[in-house]
Amino acid sequence: MSANLINMLMEATWQTLYMVAISTLLGAVGGLPIGVFLACSQKGELLSAPAVNKVLGVVVNATRSVPFIILVVAIIPFTRLVAGTSIGTTAAIVPLTIAAIPFIARLVENAIREVDSGLIEAARAMGATPMQIIRKVLIPEALPGITLGLTLAVVSLIGYSAMVGAVGGEGLGDLGIRYGYQRFMPDVMAMVVVILIVLVQLVQTIGEWIARRVDKRAPRNRGA
Amino acid sequence: MKTESSTGAAIIFDEVGKSFPKKGGGQVTALEGISLSVEPGTITGIIGRSGAGKSTLLRMVNGLEKPTSGKVLVGGRDVGEAKGQALRDIRREVGMIFQHFNLLSSRTVFENVALPLEISGMSSGEIKKRVDDLVARVGLQELSARYPAELSGGQKQRVGIARALATQPKVLLSDEATSALDPETTQTVLELLSDINRDLGLTILLITHEMAVVRDIASHVAVIEDGHIVEDGSTYDIFTDPKHPTTKSFLSGVTGVTLPEFIARELTETRPAGPAREVMRITFVGENATDPLLAKMSTELSLQVNILAGAIEEVDARPFGNLLISVEADRADEARNFLQQNQQRTEVLGYVS
Repeated sequence: MSANLINMLMEATWQTLYMVAISTLLGAVGGLPIGVFLACSQKGELLSAPAVNKVLGVVVNATRSVPFIILVVAIIPFTRLVAGTSIGTTAAIVPLTIAAIPFIARLVENAIREVDSGLIEAARAMGATPMQIIRKVLIPEALPGITLGLTLAVVSLIGYSAMVGAVGGEGLGDLGIRYGYQRFMPDVMAMVVVILIVLVQLVQTIGEWIARRVDKRAPRNRGA
Repeated sequence: MKTESSTGAAIIFDEVGKSFPKKGGGQVTALEGISLSVEPGTITGIIGRSGAGKSTLLRMVNGLEKPTSGKVLVGGRDVGEAKGQALRDIRREVGMIFQHFNLLSSRTVFENVALPLEISGMSSGEIKKRVDDLVARVGLQELSARYPAELSGGQKQRVGIARALATQPKVLLSDEATSALDPETTQTVLELLSDINRDLGLTILLITHEMAVVRDIASHVAVIEDGHIVEDGSTYDIFTDPKHPTTKSFLSGVTGVTLPEFIARELTETRPAGPAREVMRITFVGENATDPLLAKMSTELSLQVNILAGAIEEVDARPFGNLLISVEADRADEARNFLQQNQQRTEVLGYVS
């Protein structure tokens, strides 16, 4: 394989990491509060607002039911508005983030729903405000689940990022399509696949390791 | 324990009722006409079967449940009416411990006890001092940096107690706090609660389905069934002279005096023909509880007394005994008169031939 190809692979890997990292970050910033709200706003819950909850639920479901490739092209005007351009790697972060927010919101919602309701009751009995309950009880207790959820989101976003070539976004997926498929270079395709597998493995392993570190629910051997 | 007799009560339930809307229309009444007042510094037990409404009643004291009728007053303040900050202020003066401890798994022992103080906005320096004291009080200094998953049930409940005491409340609510613990651990946790009640003058309101818990630490007890208080009073009075069948059934488990099987089998309600013996229960109360009364009766009436079962135990630091005996049926009236003259209660259980 030529030095040129290796360079291209490295650059593409970097571009993928860049898109996934920024969109995960922005997705978490948007998804976390929405997830918390979805988990706490049903009737009779901490932030009871059943109507808003329903509307938001519908919006989240709608966004999630649009296939990513369609979402990418459907929101081109919006992308142009936000990123100043609708083509390129940075522009591709916009649809990735839009896809990540509802995905992460649902994962966060599920993780928070797993928290024992007895803990909320205990915190209420202490005179905690709803915000204190969210910050000091729900989020810390749901952290192992949220971490695993974010891991899943990163893995999915790596997959999604392969499709942004459609709007001129670069990265591993785009390289695989343009060189591996269209220029018929099977070695490039193979390398792209290998790098993607390694990336996903790495993300999964690191995510699980962090989740174990923050999970204090099971007793652990403390070295003698 | 009735409302009208007390003005400085720590907790007052005044004609409290609670009903929930039922699925598919109608209402379910969980509690009705509950009036009870809990004096400061006492330990009061509310006993009832599951579903009797005791949990709902307890949760009204810190506003986790709101009454649908009547009033709940804590330190003179109406909990049902309180909202927002006023309600949170009341809650900070009412500690609560739970059957399943409800500790945060993500926080160490120290951090769990610190939580209510963080919530109240205390500075971390003050928190450190207060929490160290509390952790020491419940005997967990060595385990301060451990996570709940690394503790036994009894240790977890101690953390729960330390956490409940953190804001220096005047009232402690206990929601079946020992029901998930083994008997031995239950004893140590009850002793801790007793100590706290004595040392801090804390009013404790506890709910339980175990009469043994009431016997061991409560000075007052209310028996609740189907959303009503069927009997209440001092623990000693309730134990020695239960009136309601529910109370009696709760007590039969703990007073532990039952007829031996071979006699229970033969027992008849009416006196059979021919020579027979009357089986009676004597409840020894008060100062005479430890007197050798049976020996005296036997000598004075020259009557043969057959002791079938018996026990003397302590309730609220006063002795009370329960004895099952049989005497010749023809002379049973004499025996009962003698016992009643000596301030003991008797109850005829039946006859054996």
